[in-house]
Amino acid sequence: MPRLERRAQPSRLMMFASPLIAAVLMLITGYILFSLMGKDPIHAFWVFFIKPLTTSYGVSEWLLKSTPLILCGVGLAIGFRARVFNIGAEGQFTMGAVAAGGVALYFYNTDAIWVLPLMMLAGVLGGMAWAAIPAFLRTRFNTNEILVTLMLVYVAQLFLGYLVQGPWRDPEGFNFPQSKMFTEAETIPVLIAGFRVNWSFIVALVLVVVSWFFTYKMFAGFRMEVSGQAPSAARYAGFSEKRNVWLALLISGGLAGFAGMAEVAGPIGQLQPTISPGYGFAAIIVAYVGRLHPLGVLLASLLLSLLYLGGDTAQMDLNLPSAITGLFQGLLLFYLLAADIFIHYRLKPDSNGSRPRLTPPPEPQGDIT
Amino acid sequence: MSSNELERERCVNTDSSSKLRRLELVGITKAYPSVIANQDVNLVVRPGEIHAVLGENGAGKSTLMKIIYGVTKPDSGAILWDNREVSIESPAQARKIGIGMVFQHFSLFDTLTVAENISLALDSVIAPNELTERIEAVSQQYGLPIDPHRLIHSMSVGERQRVEIVRCLLNNPRLLIMDEPTSVLTPQAVLILFETLRRLASEGCSILYISHKLDEIQTLCDKATILRGGRVTGTAIPHQETRESLAQMMIGRSLPECQMVPKVPAETRLRVQQLNLPTVDPFGTSLKNINLAVRSGEIVGIAGISGNGQKELMAALSGEQPMPKGATTTICGVVADRLSPGQRRNLGLRFVPEERLGRGAVPSMSLRLNALLTAGSGDGLVNSGLISYAKVHAFAGDVIAKFNVKCGGDEALASSLSGGNLQKFIVGREISLQPNVMMVAQPTWGVDVGAAQIIRQALIDLRNAGVAVLVVSEELEELFMICDRIAVMADGRLSPAIPASETSVEKVGLWMSGAFDEATVLEVQHA
Repeated sequence: MPRLERRAQPSRLMMFASPLIAAVLMLITGYILFSLMGKDPIHAFWVFFIKPLTTSYGVSEWLLKSTPLILCGVGLAIGFRARVFNIGAEGQFTMGAVAAGGVALYFYNTDAIWVLPLMMLAGVLGGMAWAAIPAFLRTRFNTNEILVTLMLVYVAQLFLGYLVQGPWRDPEGFNFPQSKMFTEAETIPVLIAGFRVNWSFIVALVLVVVSWFFTYKMFAGFRMEVSGQAPSAARYAGFSEKRNVWLALLISGGLAGFAGMAEVAGPIGQLQPTISPGYGFAAIIVAYVGRLHPLGVLLASLLLSLLYLGGDTAQMDLNLPSAITGLFQGLLLFYLLAADIFIHYRLKPDSNGSRPRLTPPPEPQGDIT
Repeated sequence: MSSNELERERCVNTDSSSKLRRLELVGITKAYPSVIANQDVNLVVRPGEIHAVLGENGAGKSTLMKIIYGVTKPDSGAILWDNREVSIESPAQARKIGIGMVFQHFSLFDTLTVAENISLALDSVIAPNELTERIEAVSQQYGLPIDPHRLIHSMSVGERQRVEIVRCLLNNPRLLIMDEPTSVLTPQAVLILFETLRRLASEGCSILYISHKLDEIQTLCDKATILRGGRVTGTAIPHQETRESLAQMMIGRSLPECQMVPKVPAETRLRVQQLNLPTVDPFGTSLKNINLAVRSGEIVGIAGISGNGQKELMAALSGEQPMPKGATTTICGVVADRLSPGQRRNLGLRFVPEERLGRGAVPSMSLRLNALLTAGSGDGLVNSGLISYAKVHAFAGDVIAKFNVKCGGDEALASSLSGGNLQKFIVGREISLQPNVMMVAQPTWGVDVGAAQIIRQALIDLRNAGVAVLVVSEELEELFMICDRIAVMADGRLSPAIPASETSVEKVGLWMSGAFDEATVLEVQHA
């Protein structure tokens, strides 16, 4: 029986192959699930993955839905590289939308060209402010940012719910819990008339390049990576741990906030109790499937966005529940984590037939923390 | 071995009940993906024998011991225990048949206490109170004082080793494997350890003693098996050999010597006055009234067992631990009390920490990026926040070439290097950054003879070039080899630094146990 043996060096091939293997395994499992539910798997796959992209409107929707994933994913990837685990992008997304929406409603009748840039700024600052809470608590009281960021998601969502059902409710909205529709000056212009994909997609692409530059070319990015991988080495080199935590949370929070702004000032056009189908959480999957690399994040966002679209068409065409999207997301992450073990380990055929086990590395070094 | 010889061996062995061979390895081979650690190794250990396994770092000693202890399985070959072939599947099984091991890299859980760590390794449940008593009894009996209730993370390397030894002794082993045990002990403590080991041996326990220190092996061991590059290059009876002949077998040539000519030191470059630093760690050592000056063109050594405040002093000097008010530290004449590690580095203070992986280098990063770790602020490797990879590549390549770092190029991960090679890289990196003041903690800990000599010579060259060098080391032999002046650290206090020519190993050893007071200090100052 083959057993796992530690590789001398992590495999670069596996690092890139692992997301593909995960995607294939996701499809195989999907095939079995569709079969068990009595659907023709091939047809289901076609409905799920191909049909959404058969029309130009579908492609526009695909890019539109990938935009918040790219924005959140790029920010999270920078944080995760520095081992700062912001899993509350969903909350920062919401607060970005709230801040931008507040600006839009305050300057409702202004109709000036500076309102939209101001909303963008407000979106970024709103996300940053929400992420600043865990950053402060972590640097001051050493609280766990995973818990704090996650819990703040629900606070942000309830806060948005309060606003749209109370002070910011549209007086002429037939008592629906939603704000007034934003004016045209408060909406991000679309790229092509007749399609919903807008300029925020282009901004997201630019930010992919910027984040690549930051991570690989700038000393600040290097400092963050060292802080994440070896905190003692960072202290020895004189890189501040506090700055690392603040930077990681502010960058990821700011980008998530911008994504929230782009959502309410884009396809939604107003504030509602629910403004995201879980983009902030899906972005965690995006970041890891994308190997925490900006380009990978872009590709992973396109894949996850397709899952959202496919989930919608599957609901309509195949009468499947909306949970199908979450199911596929979960499968993808599950298989990815499983496949990732082969980055550091490899299978070694064992002639003795002994039970499989993990052999320790040649020289165990460093502390277990 | 002929039957006659076998017969003689039987007669020599006075204990008639014991078997002729406690442990025998036959043709052990173990290959890792990147290296063959052991090739066709044969080894015989008799009951009550102290058997040295001699070899440089990377010669395959540690792997061989891990095979015996069941941590690693050999690819081929056989292990015979009491003349019966056994397959040792796990350390638990090894302990069960009577093998104990004290690792070079300790296997202790940082967040647990001494007693908890020991109880985890005992394979049987003992009531905590009884265990505490037994730990205290064994530590008393063998002169290894430890507090069973202390947490491991607060202990020094030397203290952790005591825990490891006591843990093994509680299992009443019949074969005890000691991996480089003396590197963390005072000369007096080494003698006590040797007494402990000899007593154990006389009680019939076999000892496998892994070391690259020829003196120790010659004083302690009955027999030696010498490894080089994973193969056995010979067996010897150490006290019948000379240092040269042993070195020849171990490194393939004779031992290199350090060249050091007298030099008159110039201006003071690093000065600390009245540094009192209460420890942040409840089990750490508080620094008490530290005064120290290192001048241009001299090497000042700080001797002492680790855990006496060296770690805290170095962290305070490097800036990793913020300095308290009241202390005055100057680096090249600039008051540095409030400066961060980066700012101190800009003043020319370079530091090689004790922990190489995780502090001196990032394990998961390439050597190239590790060069950037401290070189980032100078040498034009970073311009306006942008990394110049071409220059980083050139810099790393330069360090690798100049200090003969054995690695697969500057893309190799820091964790893939042996301890000695990584240390050469880190020392080389800091030296290449033109220090004004160089601080090195444990420069040759776990480093092979050849590499140690390169590192020591590099420090002497720095001194000759006018750099102020501060070395913290537990190896007295090393300090006497390279230091102009030696100070001793004990319980957070630092003795005055006195010229190495005016002191002796015995005196320093005495001071290491804290036996310097105001009177001695005054006496030395007026001498």
